[in-house]
Amino acid sequence: MRLCSVFCHSSFPEYFSSGMGEFKVHRVRFFNYVPSGIRCVAYNNQSNRLAVSRTDGTVEIYNLSANYFQEKFFPGHESRATEALCWAKGQRLFSGGLNGEIIEYDLQALNIKYAMDAFGGPIWSMAVSPCGSQLLVGCEDGSVKLFQITPDKIQFERNFDRQKSRILSLSWHPSGTHIAAGSIDYISVFDVKSGSAVHKMLVDRQYMGVSKRKCIIWGVAFLSDGTVISVDSAGKVQFWDSATGTLVKNHLIANADVQSIAVSDQEDSFVVGTAEGTVFHFQLVSVTSNSSEKQWVRTKPFQHHTHDVRAVAHSPTALISGGTDTHLVIRPLMEKVEVKNYDAALRKITFPHRRLISCSKKRHLLLFQFAHHLELWRLGSTVATGKNGDTLPLSKDADHLLHLKTKGPENIICSCISPCGSWIAYSTTSRFFLYRLNYEHDNISLQRVSKMPAFLRSALQILFSEDSTKLFVASNQGSLHIIRLLEGSFKHLHTFQPQSGTVESMCLLAVSPDGNWLAASGTSAGVHVYNIKHLKLHCTVPAYNFPVTALAIAPSTNNLVIAHSDQQVFEYSIPDKQYTEWSRTIQKQGFHYLWLQRDTPITHISFHPKRPMHILLHDAYMFCIIDKSLPLPNDKTLLYNPLPPTNESDVIRRRTAHAFKISKIYKPLLFMDLLDERTLVAVERPLDDIIAQLPPPIKKKKFGT
Amino acid sequence: MVEEESVRVVRCGGSELNFRRAVFSADSKYIFCVSGDFVKVHSTATEECVHILQGHRNLVTGIQLNPNNHLQTFVVGLKLHALFTLPSAEDSVFVIINKEKPDVFQLVSVKLPKSSSQEIEAKELSFVLDYINQSPKCIAFGNEGEYVAAVRDFYLSVYFFKKKTTSRFTLSSSRNKKHAKNNFTCVACHPKEDCIATGHKDGKIRLWRNFDDDKKYTYTCLHWHHDMVMDLAFSVTGTSLLSGGRESVLVEWRDATEKNKEFLPRLGATIEHISVSPAGDLFCTSHSDNKIIVIHRNLEASAVIQGLVKDSNIFTGLMVDPRTKALVLNGKPGHLQFYSLQHDKQLYNLDIIQQEYINDYGLIQIELTKAAFGCYGNWLATVEQRQEKETELELQMKLWMYNKKTQGFVLNTKVNMPHEDHITALCFCNAEKFENPTLVTSSKDGHFKVWILTDDSDIYKKAVGWTCDFVGSYHKYQATNCCFSEDGSLLAVSFEEIVTIWDSETWELKCTFCQRAGKIRHLCFGRLTCSKYLLGATENGILCCWNLLSCALEWSAKLNVRVMEPDPNSENIAAISRSSVGSDLFVFKPSEPRPLYIQKNISREEVQWGVFVPRDVPESFTSEAYQWLNRSQFYFLTKSQSLLTFSTKSPEEKLTPTSKQLLAEESLPTTPFYFILGKHREQQDEKINEAFESELVQLPLTENIPAISELLHTPAHVLPSASFLCSKFVSSLLLSKETKSGEEIPEDVDMEEGKESDDSDEENDFTEKIQDTNNTDLGEDLLHQLSKSEEKELRKFRKVDYSWITVL
Repeated sequence: MRLCSVFCHSSFPEYFSSGMGEFKVHRVRFFNYVPSGIRCVAYNNQSNRLAVSRTDGTVEIYNLSANYFQEKFFPGHESRATEALCWAKGQRLFSGGLNGEIIEYDLQALNIKYAMDAFGGPIWSMAVSPCGSQLLVGCEDGSVKLFQITPDKIQFERNFDRQKSRILSLSWHPSGTHIAAGSIDYISVFDVKSGSAVHKMLVDRQYMGVSKRKCIIWGVAFLSDGTVISVDSAGKVQFWDSATGTLVKNHLIANADVQSIAVSDQEDSFVVGTAEGTVFHFQLVSVTSNSSEKQWVRTKPFQHHTHDVRAVAHSPTALISGGTDTHLVIRPLMEKVEVKNYDAALRKITFPHRRLISCSKKRHLLLFQFAHHLELWRLGSTVATGKNGDTLPLSKDADHLLHLKTKGPENIICSCISPCGSWIAYSTTSRFFLYRLNYEHDNISLQRVSKMPAFLRSALQILFSEDSTKLFVASNQGSLHIIRLLEGSFKHLHTFQPQSGTVESMCLLAVSPDGNWLAASGTSAGVHVYNIKHLKLHCTVPAYNFPVTALAIAPSTNNLVIAHSDQQVFEYSIPDKQYTEWSRTIQKQGFHYLWLQRDTPITHISFHPKRPMHILLHDAYMFCIIDKSLPLPNDKTLLYNPLPPTNESDVIRRRTAHAFKISKIYKPLLFMDLLDERTLVAVERPLDDIIAQLPPPIKKKKFGT
Repeated sequence: MVEEESVRVVRCGGSELNFRRAVFSADSKYIFCVSGDFVKVHSTATEECVHILQGHRNLVTGIQLNPNNHLQTFVVGLKLHALFTLPSAEDSVFVIINKEKPDVFQLVSVKLPKSSSQEIEAKELSFVLDYINQSPKCIAFGNEGEYVAAVRDFYLSVYFFKKKTTSRFTLSSSRNKKHAKNNFTCVACHPKEDCIATGHKDGKIRLWRNFDDDKKYTYTCLHWHHDMVMDLAFSVTGTSLLSGGRESVLVEWRDATEKNKEFLPRLGATIEHISVSPAGDLFCTSHSDNKIIVIHRNLEASAVIQGLVKDSNIFTGLMVDPRTKALVLNGKPGHLQFYSLQHDKQLYNLDIIQQEYINDYGLIQIELTKAAFGCYGNWLATVEQRQEKETELELQMKLWMYNKKTQGFVLNTKVNMPHEDHITALCFCNAEKFENPTLVTSSKDGHFKVWILTDDSDIYKKAVGWTCDFVGSYHKYQATNCCFSEDGSLLAVSFEEIVTIWDSETWELKCTFCQRAGKIRHLCFGRLTCSKYLLGATENGILCCWNLLSCALEWSAKLNVRVMEPDPNSENIAAISRSSVGSDLFVFKPSEPRPLYIQKNISREEVQWGVFVPRDVPESFTSEAYQWLNRSQFYFLTKSQSLLTFSTKSPEEKLTPTSKQLLAEESLPTTPFYFILGKHREQQDEKINEAFESELVQLPLTENIPAISELLHTPAHVLPSASFLCSKFVSSLLLSKETKSGEEIPEDVDMEEGKESDDSDEENDFTEKIQDTNNTDLGEDLLHQLSKSEEKELRKFRKVDYSWITVL
């Protein structure tokens, strides 16, 4: 673990100093965060959403229409490792895991609707029938179980002929009459009506001339013409004729396992992922231009992963892959993209689109949230001063003050430290925890506030007021609780119930520094602003098409700044209940095209206490100060200012200056905030550090080495 | 009797075999390869050249079989850069032509007129593709001529004949490292499917599909080659793709998958071209060392057709092996090649350096720099060097003894660092009276060393070895040349500007000559009656002749001598000088400064090396000017490595008896049995023929039979198929009374036309005028000859069963 807080003088040179001055930056690299590997991905064509499950049981929902924003997530559970994930009837999401349970998720309330034991041992595979009314699960004991999907539950219907080993993959024929099931060493074709195996297709165990012990069928796909495509642990992609049960074609594509397969809806292309990290695209192309005969051809390989590609999906316009290296890669298919715009670019999503870090400005504390524990760090300090760009020596190293482990198997959903640093709150799916911290010189003592009220069971977002006297909790039923904190105890003040008829949960909260206003936003509807003094809804910011990614209320003006996943930023005056003049101007003129083409959403907004015209915001790859007093950039101006030469006159500098001051020095940037007027804290998580903590990838011979 | 004709410069074989893809005949029995001005037909079974197709006056640039008539071939040359044929387009071919600017090439379709001559002048051109690459490797026709694919730089263009549209696909060519070598190098089309394979500079092969759609097109990559893909070819069925490059490995990609590939490694040199036989049983690869390898379908090399290797720089110059009379020069890297001038064929390669050759750019190789034969071919001395830095010279001299038992050279002595610096010359004493072989080396280190053969026997074996006997020097000047007099009594060594004469008995310095006219570049003693003269050519363009008896300069002439070679069989010395317009040949005797023979402008290029090769059978030119050619023939090598010689004969006459025989019996493989049986049969044939001739005195001349004349004078590409002609042809040969009616003789057939262009294609412009008149005589002569042989041939036809033709 690196315990150095690189304390360096601001590297923001001239372009930041125009009105901003210089900053001391705490460059923090000791947030030892490693995302868990991706196990399954399921694409929903109807809503254009992607469900991703990770090895720790977390399920994330990405909205592909909203700039690939991760709009929802279901926290993981130690015993609930998902092995299969599928959508049914548009909006229903099911998963199966090694604990043998089928789980349905409630996408509105963001919790688990129910879990149901399939009684077949660990579930390895799952498939929803083409009409969406039946669910198949393949289990450890070799059974394939058919469930009927009823409007609010699933109901066991029957078992198919039991096979001798686990069913690792399942696929329905598009007509719904047959299914293909991949097991170890063979593929079975079942007739759905009778439930009996029609064909058993044995797969060659040979691998490059060497006989392996087993050949695991990692994936099958049943095409409407009766072809079954299988991928297996010997590196083969095989085409079978299900009518005769014979092998039609064999493609040896990898020296390691081929672990996943996904077919497009048109059945004209499919994608496979290998343990070497390569994703291969296969396309159905006509043999000659004037004949109707078509053949499957391996076309392009994509090497965007370093480790096993455990899951692939095929959306109409993109290939989606995820694996052990924790990246979710969305690779658009150029021939399917109409215009070469931002959507045609390759996306690599590594970090969650929510904050895992909170900061106590007063005590210079950082609270890091991990899946099963929290870490509290005190930043180091320095007495040295230096010029621009200097790295300052630390007079006092950063301190790891606290390592707080959760009780139980559930993952932490959210956490927060109060601005004064004396309160820590976090929540799991079933419990809410509040701790009081006491500082006595260098000693720190932790005291749990017991007897939490019954309604505080699970929180989606926790926020302390600026003066640390109030705690705001967004619970998963859509209600907002306000709690007054006293020395060592608390008092429930009020609960804002959700508007009648909606059950949407609030995921983002923002409180004004004067403590009068609370803004809360859900996944889709608009932002609600509450008056805390009068404990009533003040107004609702008009709904916008894209989900909110960050919220903040400016200190003196009480302007609410909202960032959306399409990279738009709005400023809304709470007292006036309308958008500010600046916000209207920028909407009229439009953002710079490069600003709109950024990859990652803005995850944090803050303000400078002394400079009301400045908005500080950041995403994973840049930190930006918007100076509202300067002219807005248009598409012709340079958005990312290069370092202007120091000898250039102020006149030219001022002419080229515009409202967006962008720094890309710190990346990937997980958190950035102002500690005081002259000090910034930036938390970086270099990708190399994450890769170093992953298991080693399959070794491949590289030519010339 | 030899007719007195003018002497012309002719190309004498050794042309590039690897200039274009070789073409297989339909039955895979023969392979056609473009070779200079000719097309050579080799048997795939025996490697032997069975036929030479002549007809062009300049470089042949393309050859294709007529897809509709397997017995015809098309050949193009001169200004047309390549040729393609298609089975679907019966009467048109495609050629690449140059358009005004030097770098702009076009693919055009040419409609062939139904002309009756062998040469065709086509006027109907229709334009197909513009701005293409000159090389025929960058054009390919696919799916029975539905489309044509062309590559150049960073893009692939596909023209669809039916739709008349062109699609163009561009690869990224940005300067960054990843895409910098995306250039296309070659293209091939799948014979059955819509699939185009392209080779790239970075060694990748891309397989393009769906290219009829500008948006949906897709490609896949195959990557094994680490350097440029030189050529690609699909097998006949399209199940496998062959690729080759500088790795000298033929790669077979089966089912176009990356994991399923087979290799044929160690082919010796860069693969330049790959071609596939129409029957599908053979492949062949053309290599940069002027070699064609015939490869079986199961990737086993079955035959090697090796031409004169022209890959490397020639350091050794031209030599003649006294035993085989073969021309000896640098061959493959590290090898000496023995090349038979008679048969235009490489005899064998002698590995001198005996080290694995690593083919990589920027690697400093060991070079074979000098070689010399001594003692009637019993000894061979070679010098190899490698210089990585100025001060690090690696030098090795090897002496090879001819072993009668193995009929080859065996390494006898290896001398490491025989000198401190580069060896400049090396010569054996070839005098008869010297029973002890002697070798002299001269070096830039200022010494010359005399090496003699001594007894190296010990108790285990009898052996001989070479040791240094004497080291001479002269005032620390660099020794630049050395040479023995004919009787071996004197050794001349030049030290920069000074020539020193040494007694070979005592190694005493006898006298020195100094002309102060620059460094001595060439040095040689006169022969026979002129043995008292010593000739030296200097860098400043002075040719000096010293009299060794008077020790005085006999004469000198201003001549910028590049090559000076004495004829071993006469007093003549040939000198080639370089002037601004070209190279001139002077033949003179040392005794008189007036040259015997002068031929100006023998080549536009610089002549690098020359050699006299003794004739097997002396000629008897009576004209004084040509007498120098009576006993030896003079060969020379130009800078572009074309091997040229002087000849008075027409190309037909130049063909050797053996190749004539092969020409007659081309359909049979030439095994030793064949020579016995074939001759026997020939004799029988002759007897029969004699009998026939006596019987059929009144038979009309074959020219008068319309069917035959039509058959013989109509160009191959407009002939109907053989099966159609056969019955008519055979019936026309039957004796009937109508034959004399001349009605069917086609009026438009010009019998003379084809003939004139047949011969004398090689002469250069300057003799053309004289030659023209000669040609007409010769042409008539030939015509007569041909008709006789035709007669014989046709008589043979009568005895042959023609039922097989219907099968065709």
